[in-house]
Amino acid sequence: MPTETAPAPAPAEPKLTKKALTADHPTWCPGCGDFAVLASFYRALEQLNYPHENIVTMAGIGCSSRFPYFVNTHGGHFIHGRSVPFSAGISLSRPDLKVFVFGGDGDGFSIGGNHLDHVARKNIDLTYVIMDNQVYGLTKKQTSPTSPEGFRSKTDPWGAIDQPINPMRKLVNSGATFVARSHATQVKHMVEMIKRAAEHPGFAVVEILSECIEFFPGAFDSSIPRKGGEFVTIDEDGHDRTDLTAAMTLASEPWPGRFGVYYEVIRPTKNAMESDLNAKAAAKAGNADAKELMAATFAKLH
Amino acid sequence: MVSPQSPDSSADSSSASPEARSLKDVVIRLAGNSQDGIQTIGAFLARLAGRSAQDVMTYMTIPSTISGGPSIFQVRMGTGDILSSGDEADFLVAFYEHSFENHIGSLRKGGVLIYDSDHVSPDTTDIDCLAVGVPMTSGTIEAVGGSAKEKGKNIFVLGLLCRLFDLEVAKMTKLIKEKFGKFGDDVIRNTMLAFDAGYAWPADNIREVYFKLQPSDTESGHPQITTDGNTAMTLGLITAGVRYGSGYPITPWSTIMETLRTELQKYGGVFVQAEDELGAISYAIGMAYSGHLAVTGSSGPGISLKMEALGWATMAEIPLIVINVQRGGPSTGLPTNVEQSDLMQAIYGSHGDSPRIVLAPQDVEDCYYVALEAGRLAREYSTPVIILTDQALATRIEAFNEPNLDELMVDPAPNLSAKGENFKPYPIDEITRHAAPGTKIEGAPYPTVTGLEHDEFGHPSGNPALHMKMTAKRRNKLCKLAKALPRPEIHGDMDGDVLLIGWGSTYGPIREAVLRGRETGRRIGHVHLRHLNPLPPELERIFSRFRQIFVVEMNDRGLYGYGQLATLLRARYANPAIRSITKTDGLAFKVTEILKGVEELSAVRSVNLSEYPET
Repeated sequence: MPTETAPAPAPAEPKLTKKALTADHPTWCPGCGDFAVLASFYRALEQLNYPHENIVTMAGIGCSSRFPYFVNTHGGHFIHGRSVPFSAGISLSRPDLKVFVFGGDGDGFSIGGNHLDHVARKNIDLTYVIMDNQVYGLTKKQTSPTSPEGFRSKTDPWGAIDQPINPMRKLVNSGATFVARSHATQVKHMVEMIKRAAEHPGFAVVEILSECIEFFPGAFDSSIPRKGGEFVTIDEDGHDRTDLTAAMTLASEPWPGRFGVYYEVIRPTKNAMESDLNAKAAAKAGNADAKELMAATFAKLH
Repeated sequence: MVSPQSPDSSADSSSASPEARSLKDVVIRLAGNSQDGIQTIGAFLARLAGRSAQDVMTYMTIPSTISGGPSIFQVRMGTGDILSSGDEADFLVAFYEHSFENHIGSLRKGGVLIYDSDHVSPDTTDIDCLAVGVPMTSGTIEAVGGSAKEKGKNIFVLGLLCRLFDLEVAKMTKLIKEKFGKFGDDVIRNTMLAFDAGYAWPADNIREVYFKLQPSDTESGHPQITTDGNTAMTLGLITAGVRYGSGYPITPWSTIMETLRTELQKYGGVFVQAEDELGAISYAIGMAYSGHLAVTGSSGPGISLKMEALGWATMAEIPLIVINVQRGGPSTGLPTNVEQSDLMQAIYGSHGDSPRIVLAPQDVEDCYYVALEAGRLAREYSTPVIILTDQALATRIEAFNEPNLDELMVDPAPNLSAKGENFKPYPIDEITRHAAPGTKIEGAPYPTVTGLEHDEFGHPSGNPALHMKMTAKRRNKLCKLAKALPRPEIHGDMDGDVLLIGWGSTYGPIREAVLRGRETGRRIGHVHLRHLNPLPPELERIFSRFRQIFVVEMNDRGLYGYGQLATLLRARYANPAIRSITKTDGLAFKVTEILKGVEELSAVRSVNLSEYPET
């Protein structure tokens, strides 16, 4: 079991509050699952209490990627699918920052699918929250990479024919060192998953099923108790989170599957490994300053 | 540039004692296969020239095959300004039959052919040259020992050339020891055995004479650096304060990323090899957003992939250096050849109205300084800056004065000083100054940096009036830069018949063409543009002093008869005197090609604009 925790920056003073973290009023449709994810993020940040100026909230393109406008922290709204490498650039070049990335299923699994795999395998220290609604909402109902077969969209009026991505299998297989799954109707569970992901040293990803009330209503009813479904969490005493095969087995369970932490291991982050390489290279070069280093390079070219 | 004296034009070669023939400069072409280490010979000669305060310029071709294939390395060294690597060779060293057949045409009349008599039996009956056969292969094997095979024959040839040009053996030996020292004493011993064998080879018909390069009359005592354009660019980036960046391998950009990957570690930075070009620029923009001066780069096809993100950097007003080491295109094109066909892409690529700064270095030394300028401008104007270098500059070696680091070294620490309630990331009337994450914002909201059109605070807005204002803001900062740019220098005649305009690596051949053109009585001037977007001031006035303006560039003349820069200048200045000298053979301009273009265009004072150009 993992024992190390991420080195937390010094706590904020005064304590971070929801009021301080609130920015523009969300532009999502009334009833959208993303409101609850936002509320959970505020609560997680209040409890994590990082210095306000050291929190970065990033996103790509999509309904859920409007997220940074609604959070009063440093942040950015980058291009479709590429907020993960952008955020990896922040993480690698600024160890003092806590980096959170938000996006949807199109951003993460379709246009950004390759970036996700590579930043995950490099285990770059950041927290990535994927709000999966199984449909392209911002562009008004096209088939998404997670839309189930038979889903009727504007690009598949007869029902989707392509096999969808299994997000948890993709994520477990990607090399991410923390992989969890949650549901936008379960605020307490979301807060816990986001907090654990934030405290995990390395690439941590939480997939949250977040219903699109407009274009795919009822998509996640089978895991909502008040709608007759069942919210089944992972029994953490019974499931070995460091066992890749066990995680893949869990990820292969039939829909709607289970919620909680599928996979969690400690593996050196790229941040730490680059830092070690730098220390060695600097020592080998006599820990010289920049000007001395460049002068030495020039001397070799004489 | 004065061409070298013919070996026959000096003293009587039948004289018994060796006779020195003084040369102002010399062009040596080494032709072999890519695995023969001919680049090593060339690089040693170039380094020695740099250490001897000689001017030097090299030129190489490498096959785009994975291993093997014909390859050449040409070195021109001597006194005075060496402006090009030379149209014709004074000496040709041919390792194989194909080397002889393919390159004998590049040897000037009366030049010296040195061939490996173990591999080549040249028929030189109709060729005006001094042909000298040397058993380079067997000579090397004999010197080093049977197990050495052919390895080391390049060093044998280096020894031969050192003797032939009476180069400083002590300095060369030191260079060899520096280069091979890390491989151990055995390697140095074998290398020196091969070198000494070449140096002592009794090639009598050339031993009767040796060639002495004139001592440099411009020796300043200032230490010289001898390196290639990609290395100079990389060192310029680091001097400019670049500590972070990301890229993806593509020829001929890769050596910049390889060097940054290892060098930046010493400086406490990180260069990331990304999963693809899209990821590479995204990492780099993330690093730039974090308050660093960051770099990404590629060659044409990779730059195409970066264009979407570059649009974001323009909209979000992020400082970023993007390097394009141009090669022959489109598509995979000629990956190991040179072309200047990405100018329009650099200025107008991406989508929407996305103005950005575009710079081009003119020679290897300038690769260093253009990187410094790019860093300064990216920060000052909070914008992406594209550097358009090319394959010829990337690989060729030149010697130049060591830069003064006391004046040039930039401290790269991000500015995280707190911002107050008046903080606006996108003020309409001022240039954007971002607050990088980690900056305390007191009394104002934290900024969201965005690709959506936005108001002064960074809030998304689709307001038509605001989009007009913000589009103007992004444009006006470059107009401001245009006014601050230095007036371009004119070389040669200040007014007259013909003005040659160039950009990038064509600098040397154009200058040499101007020198030669003026020797024949033509009134000819040259302006070389380093700032391509925005263009510098006062070009119109310079243009008005010449009857004809010919733009020399390595790209296609296009559907309407004009190369890419010529098209832009015609659109900008609406001056019908602007015409084009272009070519697309994937090789650097020869001086004679430029002079021929000048002759041809000068003979026809107007073109029929109603017709497409003849093919």
